[in-house]
Amino acid sequence: MQNRIDKLFAQKKENVLSIFFTAGFPNLKDTTVILEALEQSEADLIEIGIPFSDPLADGPVIQQSSLTALENGMNLNLLFQQLKDIRITAKKPILLMGYLNSVMQFGIEKFYKQCAAVGVDGVILPDLPLEEFEMYHRRITEALNIKVIFLISADTRPERIRQLDEASGGFLYLLSSNSTTGGVNGVSDLLLSKVAAVKESVAKNPLLIGFGIKGQKEFSMACEIANGAIIGSAFIELLTRSHNFKKDIAEFTSIVKTKLIAS
Amino acid sequence: MKAVSKYGVSENGYYGSFGGAYIPEILYNNIEELKSKYLGISQSEKFNNEFSELLKNYVGRPTPLFFAKNLSEQYKTNIYLKREDLNHTGAHKINNAIGQILLAKELGKKRIIAETGAGQHGVATATVCALMGMECIVYMGETDVQRQAPNVARMKMLGAKVVSVHSGSKTLKDASNEAIRDWINNPENTYYLIGSVVGPHPYPDMVARFQSVISNEIKGQLKTILGKENPDYVIACVGGGSNAAGAFYHFLESEDVKLIGVEAAGKGIDSGHTAATLSVGSAGIIHGSKTILMQTADGQITEPYSISAGLDYPGIGPVHAYLNEVRRANYISITDTEALEAALNLTKKEGIIPALESAHALAALGKLQFKKEEIVILNLSGRGDKDLETYTNYLNELKYAKQN
Ligand SMILES: Cc1ncc(COP(=O)(O)O)c(C=O)c1O
Repeated sequence: MQNRIDKLFAQKKENVLSIFFTAGFPNLKDTTVILEALEQSEADLIEIGIPFSDPLADGPVIQQSSLTALENGMNLNLLFQQLKDIRITAKKPILLMGYLNSVMQFGIEKFYKQCAAVGVDGVILPDLPLEEFEMYHRRITEALNIKVIFLISADTRPERIRQLDEASGGFLYLLSSNSTTGGVNGVSDLLLSKVAAVKESVAKNPLLIGFGIKGQKEFSMACEIANGAIIGSAFIELLTRSHNFKKDIAEFTSIVKTKLIAS
Repeated sequence: MKAVSKYGVSENGYYGSFGGAYIPEILYNNIEELKSKYLGISQSEKFNNEFSELLKNYVGRPTPLFFAKNLSEQYKTNIYLKREDLNHTGAHKINNAIGQILLAKELGKKRIIAETGAGQHGVATATVCALMGMECIVYMGETDVQRQAPNVARMKMLGAKVVSVHSGSKTLKDASNEAIRDWINNPENTYYLIGSVVGPHPYPDMVARFQSVISNEIKGQLKTILGKENPDYVIACVGGGSNAAGAFYHFLESEDVKLIGVEAAGKGIDSGHTAATLSVGSAGIIHGSKTILMQTADGQITEPYSISAGLDYPGIGPVHAYLNEVRRANYISITDTEALEAALNLTKKEGIIPALESAHALAALGKLQFKKEEIVILNLSGRGDKDLETYTNYLNELKYAKQN
């Protein structure tokens, strides 16, 4: 079977919206409820965060959601249980995003096998070194047809971008600015000034821009220079406020996708 | 600063299977720059002249190697105290801070960030920033800000901005997270001055090299005193492990020198309130390094506990994880009460009030069997001024217990 991420990008090259949320937040059993709501919404891709006690690359909003999820009792075993039957209904590509330590303790090979078993299409581990991917992960993930997505920034050197693009599957994650998640910048001037050069080194993968994409304005800015964008912290904030996930998620994704009328 | 080989770091940053650089991509350029330049810069003549000059006339090195006669009689052996407590700012931390600030200057960085637990590394960093006229931001857990108030005041007087960290468990682990997050947000102009042999490669090796002045001096001093460079034992406390790494460094290849690292057992290694990482931890990733750390089966990093804020860390430097694995060094642990008693004992016997961290190393003397003719080096990593309140409270408790 073709990987669902590849299938998506084969059909769709612009305005791709990826939504990130933390597993087990706001309540333990919300994971699948939110997943179903996203499946019905205008989101194209779904990223589920594996909560970790020490999320180095995350700003306050995702940190807090992680802590709450852990207090709720979320862990990887439970997450895979929750995801066990999703593929009966869910058609959209699903990715897991987390930190390498969680995967190490679960067992690297076991982790990817579970991903494949429940129908997870890709994995993002921001602290996984490229060399370690090549040495231990690549053989396993390629055999299971699971994509491992790498991150680059506007400051990543061309040679390094080429390496990461080659290793990355599904898409390449382009950081909107030098910041932790939920940064205030949206698409930074730094990225705007360098994006053309960045793209020259990307041969293989579509580009999605993430970190600091809050809503419609940042999303359409990102879509002008990349294939789409990822919204995380702003979506988590929505979940915190929401009393009706289905309705609010449909509304949120629909507004984000509405093209801004140039003023 | 000669490189060690067998127990030194490999070219790609590992000690056996421990070490490496597990960092978000944004920090890749910074780490690469450090990796490619730290040896060249720190081995240049210009750097070494400045480093030696500052260690001598600013820090007050070499620190004495003091024969502790009364302690030696007590333990029926020959105990020498390496007096790191006599350094400017009161601990070994300043050796590393001087080294790294000179490196930061060479790299053209203007803004310095650091994490601190007890505040000793924060004070050392604030001190060298004042000296060099650099901006200094120190991250400190809210809990530690409260329990180490005098060091917070010192940092502020030295011109540092102290950021109280409210995330996670609000101690050293979280201060380190927050410092790394700051670095991610400011990779261009900022230098992260790490306080121990922890973090992504090349920090563990770099910090060990800057602290290796300790064992280098011990060798020379022993040669003068005894006519031979090597002792039978070197004992040091281990939080992240920088004073131990420095005290062990030049003895690593002399396999007949027994190296003892002392971790904080807190209320006991089975009590659930401990910081004895090697006793209760397992392999994982913390602050960009693969090492032994305290964690749940699910891989969540757990909160350590020790009466000593400087040892209150859920990880350990990768070099120690490795030295433990290959049994080149032995690691034991000491409880809060044993450390307090050892601090009182040293104070009474030798007139030296040690830091609570160093008191853990002192308490280890009672756990080991020495021969009469053996030479034991104890690295007295810091002085006890910052711990006076803890000592006073303990003395009051003892007095109260006696009366009842
Ligand atoms: C006096 C003293 N000794 C030891 C330590 C522990 O650090 P390390 O294990 O890096 O030497 C500290 C840390 O704050 C300290 O202040």
